[in-house]
Amino acid sequence: MLAIREQQSSSDRAQQPISVDLPYPGFQFDLCLRNQYLISKGFKAPIAVKTGTTIAGIVFDGGVVLGADTRATEGEVVADKNCEKIHYLADNMYCCGAGTAADTEKTTDLISSKIRLHSLNTGRQARVQTALRMLKQMLSRYGGYIGAYLVLGGVDCTGAHLYTVHAAGSTDKLPYVSMGSGSLAAMATFETQYKPGMSMEAAKELVSEAIQAGIFNDLGSGSNVDLCVITSRGVDYIRPYKEACSKGVRQGDYSYKQGTTAVLETKVREIKFDVVSVTEHKMEVD
Amino acid sequence: MFNYESPPHSHTSIMAVQYDKGVLVGADSRTSSGIYVANRVSDKLTQISDRIFCCRSGSAAHTQAIADFVKYGLEMHSTEMGKPPLVHTAAHLFRSTCYEYRDQFTAGIICAGWDELRGGQVYSIPLGGMCVRQPLTIGGSGSTYIYGFCDANYREDFTRSECMEFVQRALALAIRRDGSSGGVIRIVSIEEGGIERFLFTSEDCALLQNF
Repeated sequence: MLAIREQQSSSDRAQQPISVDLPYPGFQFDLCLRNQYLISKGFKAPIAVKTGTTIAGIVFDGGVVLGADTRATEGEVVADKNCEKIHYLADNMYCCGAGTAADTEKTTDLISSKIRLHSLNTGRQARVQTALRMLKQMLSRYGGYIGAYLVLGGVDCTGAHLYTVHAAGSTDKLPYVSMGSGSLAAMATFETQYKPGMSMEAAKELVSEAIQAGIFNDLGSGSNVDLCVITSRGVDYIRPYKEACSKGVRQGDYSYKQGTTAVLETKVREIKFDVVSVTEHKMEVD
Repeated sequence: MFNYESPPHSHTSIMAVQYDKGVLVGADSRTSSGIYVANRVSDKLTQISDRIFCCRSGSAAHTQAIADFVKYGLEMHSTEMGKPPLVHTAAHLFRSTCYEYRDQFTAGIICAGWDELRGGQVYSIPLGGMCVRQPLTIGGSGSTYIYGFCDANYREDFTRSECMEFVQRALALAIRRDGSSGGVIRIVSIEEGGIERFLFTSEDCALLQNF
């Protein structure tokens, strides 16, 4: 029996080629080609789900204020009611992220690390322009496939700066900006209320108003307002600045006194059963 | 529908004109993301060297990357040569980039400036990566509306003020008719003496009112 089996496996081995077929190195795009073929034949590809967010920022007299809502979504489900969307880049700059949460997080982490190395190498605090250049060069290299839509703000030796960075790698420098699905609501607030040279308190209140406009008018945005105030004196990260959607207090009382429900009838029934067998085990005591 | 994820485009009105002592480059200031105006005061006139500018149209990300790349290349070149770069060199650097990556990039660029060899010059580098010198070039989606105006009113012997009036009117007319152009008019004059920036809002230009 054993011998026969041995013979079989040796004849199998004889049919195999001498060199082993190694898997093709690097990435394989077979499935991409298959998907393209299926779509060309009329297959409905699943629609990518967008993430909703409202992020915004303004420049005021002496610094910048960044703001964000705190809702993270997975399709129609609120995945996190209090997530952090204002990311740390360096001690003098922060970055709000909209779009794919994983991409904004990884992108800001990577640039933060690059900025730290840059300032360690140069012995200086990095400029906001430097961070902007690193971000746009990385994102444009990936041709928009990294879904990071950012608002970058900070203060350096040349003053306060505020930028938006699109996933494709284009950038804009403006005194007030907004991004994400709630950006229209936020921008409408800025367009009607922004004035150049605002005080810090007025700026904080205006950014909060803009984020709240997003929270209340955009389905993808919600929960609290986070703010980050950056000046040459330091950073004030206020989380939460405002709980825009606090849960209401229940007015009614749903506990009832005993006897509220009338007892119509009471019946006590005996349950009959037979004893099938009884066995006794001696306990070990040694 | 509003979609903030659609990449920003400069559906523009841009132009560059040669006059007796130099060139004028002009552009509107609208950057749109789908149907949303992502930036209403953008600057599409990008400085490449001391006396060379480019006007950007097409994908904002692509044209910004190309302008950064050409600016870097031109600076290396002029350091090696020990003198300011020629406009012709800058234009051909744009051309080779746009041509080599013509399948990937959406970029229509006008390169203009002044140099010692040929004075004021205007080069057009449209979508496919061609490069051609012209005394007057218009570009972007708004340009289709003003070909007639430009042909009828352009003269080779413009002075700077005459040329300024011409560019301002042409861009205002383009902005009026083109839905994806708008905002303010930005103009830069480039000549031997230096560059100068001009800004025209609806308050300065009757044709721009309500646009």
